[in-house]
Amino acid sequence: MSADSEDEFMSGMSSEGGFEDGNESDSVSFGEEFEDDEPALDFGLHDKDITSAPKKPYEVDFDVFGPRDIQKYQDKQIDEVGAILGQPPESTAILLRHARWNKERLIEGYMDHPEDVLEKAGLGLAGAVPAKTMVVDGFVCDICCEDEPGLETYAMKCGHRYCAECYRHYLSQKIREEGEAARIQCPGDGCSRIVDSKTLELLVEDDLKDRYHELLTRTYVDDKDNLKWCPAPNCIYAVECGVKKRDLNRIVPTVRCDCGHYFCFGCTLNDHLPTPCALVKMWLKKCEDDSETANWISANTKECPRCNSTIEKNGGCNHMTCRKCKNEFCWICMGVWSEHGTSWYNCNRYEEKSGSDARDAQAKSRQSLERYLHYYNRYANHEQSAKLDKDIYLKTEKKMTNLQSSSGMSWIEVQFLDTASQALQQCRQTLKWTYAFAYYLARNNLTEIFEDNQKDLEMAVENLSEMFEKPTSELAALKVDMMDKTSYCNKRRIILLSDTAENLKNGSWKFNIDINTA
Amino acid sequence: MAGSQRRIAKELAEITKDTPEGVTANLVDESDVYRWSILMEGPEDSPYAGGQFKLLLTLPVDYPFKPPALKFETKIYHPNVTNDDKGAMCLGILKSEEWKPSSKISAVLRTARSLLAEPNPDDAVETSIAEQFKNDRKEFERVAKEWVTRYASKRA
Ligand SMILES: [Zn+2]
Ligand SMILES: [Zn+2]
Ligand SMILES: [Zn+2]
Ligand SMILES: [Zn+2]
Repeated sequence: MSADSEDEFMSGMSSEGGFEDGNESDSVSFGEEFEDDEPALDFGLHDKDITSAPKKPYEVDFDVFGPRDIQKYQDKQIDEVGAILGQPPESTAILLRHARWNKERLIEGYMDHPEDVLEKAGLGLAGAVPAKTMVVDGFVCDICCEDEPGLETYAMKCGHRYCAECYRHYLSQKIREEGEAARIQCPGDGCSRIVDSKTLELLVEDDLKDRYHELLTRTYVDDKDNLKWCPAPNCIYAVECGVKKRDLNRIVPTVRCDCGHYFCFGCTLNDHLPTPCALVKMWLKKCEDDSETANWISANTKECPRCNSTIEKNGGCNHMTCRKCKNEFCWICMGVWSEHGTSWYNCNRYEEKSGSDARDAQAKSRQSLERYLHYYNRYANHEQSAKLDKDIYLKTEKKMTNLQSSSGMSWIEVQFLDTASQALQQCRQTLKWTYAFAYYLARNNLTEIFEDNQKDLEMAVENLSEMFEKPTSELAALKVDMMDKTSYCNKRRIILLSDTAENLKNGSWKFNIDINTA
Repeated sequence: MAGSQRRIAKELAEITKDTPEGVTANLVDESDVYRWSILMEGPEDSPYAGGQFKLLLTLPVDYPFKPPALKFETKIYHPNVTNDDKGAMCLGILKSEEWKPSSKISAVLRTARSLLAEPNPDDAVETSIAEQFKNDRKEFERVAKEWVTRYASKRA
C-alpha cells in the first residue's frame, strides 16, 4: 500500500473516532498500534508499490515472510534487547521467549526486578559457567544409574548433573518427538530451569539443531499475535497483520499469502468476506449441527404439542395420537382432542387457547427453520457451484491449449480464461458468505442495498459462469465479451464488499444475535 | 536400552526396601521388568478406607525418558479415574510435559495414593463424579464406599 492510501484510510477512520471509542488509548486503529511498538518485519524484500490502487474499505495491510526473514528478525530483536538488558544473546533469547516476545513488558519487568525475571525464565543463579561436559569422581547418574569412572557429565547452572549421554537423549527426544523448543526444562525432577542455547549447541547433534531452529521459528510466530502461519498445506510462509482480536467485529482481515492462498487473519479460515469471524463461527457450527435440517419436515408432519416428537399425518383423519407420549390432539388446530367432542371432522375450535399456543410455537419453529434453510440452500449452492467452477478451472488449461492451436493465439492472449475462472471462484466464495451474513442480519434501511448488491453480483457471476459452457471453438471470438463480464464481476464484488465493510466499520449493521458474545 | 533396565532394577530394589505407605509393588512376571503389579490400600479418613486396589504400572521401552502409565484394574468411583475398562488415572506427573527422566516411580505411587485421599475435581476425567464430589459430598462418599464394598474388599 502506498503511504498516501494508508493515510487516507487512517484519516477516514479517525474522523469517526476510531474503532474503540473511549477504550484503551493505545489502540486507535488497525495496524497503527503495531507500527508504534515495533517496526514491520520489512527487510526491503517487499517493495511498496507506489502505483497500486488506493486501499478498499475491506482491505488490510499485511506482509508475508519466509522462515529466514523471521529468523533474521528474531536475531535482530535479541541483539537489541540484549544490549538494553546487558545479557548475552542466549539468555536474552530465553527471556524473550519466556515473555512471549513482548519486549516492552520484558524490559520494564527486568528494570524493576531483574532477579525475579531471570528466576521465572529459568535463568536464576548468577555467575557464568562455561557450557562444557566434565568428569566427576564417584559420580552416579540419577537417570541411567551408570557409575563407570571417567563418565562425561553435564549440568547447567542449577547443578542438576547427569551423564552427557542421558542429557543428549533427553534433549533429542524433546526436540524430535515432542517438538519442544523454546521451553525445554532441565531434566532434573521439579527443576524449571530452561535449557539455554549454549547447552543445546554443546549437546545436540547437527541434524537436530536445524530442527530445533525450525521449531524456535515456529514458536516465535505462534507467540506473536501479529504473525500467523499460512494455513495452506505445506506452506512455509507467515503473514503479519496488525489487526487485533478485539477489532474482529469491525473488520474482516483477509490476507493473501505468497503461495496464493487467501485466508482470514482473524480465524485463519479460508477467505470469508464479508462475514465477520464471529458470525462465521456461529454459522459453521449451526450447519454442522444439522439436526435442524434433518428435522426439516414436510407439510405432512408436525410436532406433538406435548412432547415435540415428529408425527406424520397419514390418511385424512385429524384425530392424532402421538406414538411417543400418547397425547391425542387435533391436526388442524393442534388443540387437545378431548375438547373437540364429536366435531373432529370439521375443526371449528381454531381460536381455542390450548390450540393457539401450540400453533404459535409450531409456526415459530417452522418459520425459523424455513428462514435458515432459505439462506443455507443458497450458501450451499454457491459452495457446490464453486466446486463445479473449479472443475471448469482445471479444464481451462486444456481449453487454453486447444485454443492456442486452433486460433493461433499466444499464451498471453488466452490468459483471459484463467483470469475469468479465478474471478468466478472468488466471487462465488464471497456470494456464499453473503448468505451466512444475511441470515444474521436484522432488517434496517441498509439491508435493501445489501440485497441489491448481492443480487447484482449473483447475476454477474451466473452470466460469466455460462460463458464457460460454450464450445472451445467459440471462446476466441468471445474474448472481449468474457473479459468484460469478468471485470464486471470483480466490480460488483468490490462494490458489495466495500459497502458491507464500511457499514461494519461504522457499526451500522444490526444483527439478530449478539455478535459480541459469539 | 541397557541403561533403562539398570535404572528400573534400582528403583524396584528401592521400593521394596523403602515402600511408600500403603503400597506394595511386584513385577507381574519376574522376567519382565516393564510391568509392575501394584496393590494400594485405600487411605484412612477417605471413603476408600478398607479397600484394596489393584493397579498396573507399565513402563515404556524408552523409560525413564518417557513417563510410566498407571491403570486401575479394580473399579473405583473417583473423579480422576476413568470409569471404564481403561481405569486411567489423570496424574500431572504422568504427563510428558511434567515427567522428567529423573522422576521416580515411588513419587508416582505416592502422588496416586494422595489423590485417593484428596480427589482433584478441577482436573477431573469423570465430570459428573466431580460435580457430585463438589456439590453433594455425602452422596459421593456413599457411592464410593459402596463401590469399595462391591469391588475392592480385601478378601476378594
Ligand atoms: Zn545417565
Ligand atoms: Zn536443574
Ligand atoms: Zn501460504
Ligand atoms: Zn475470520
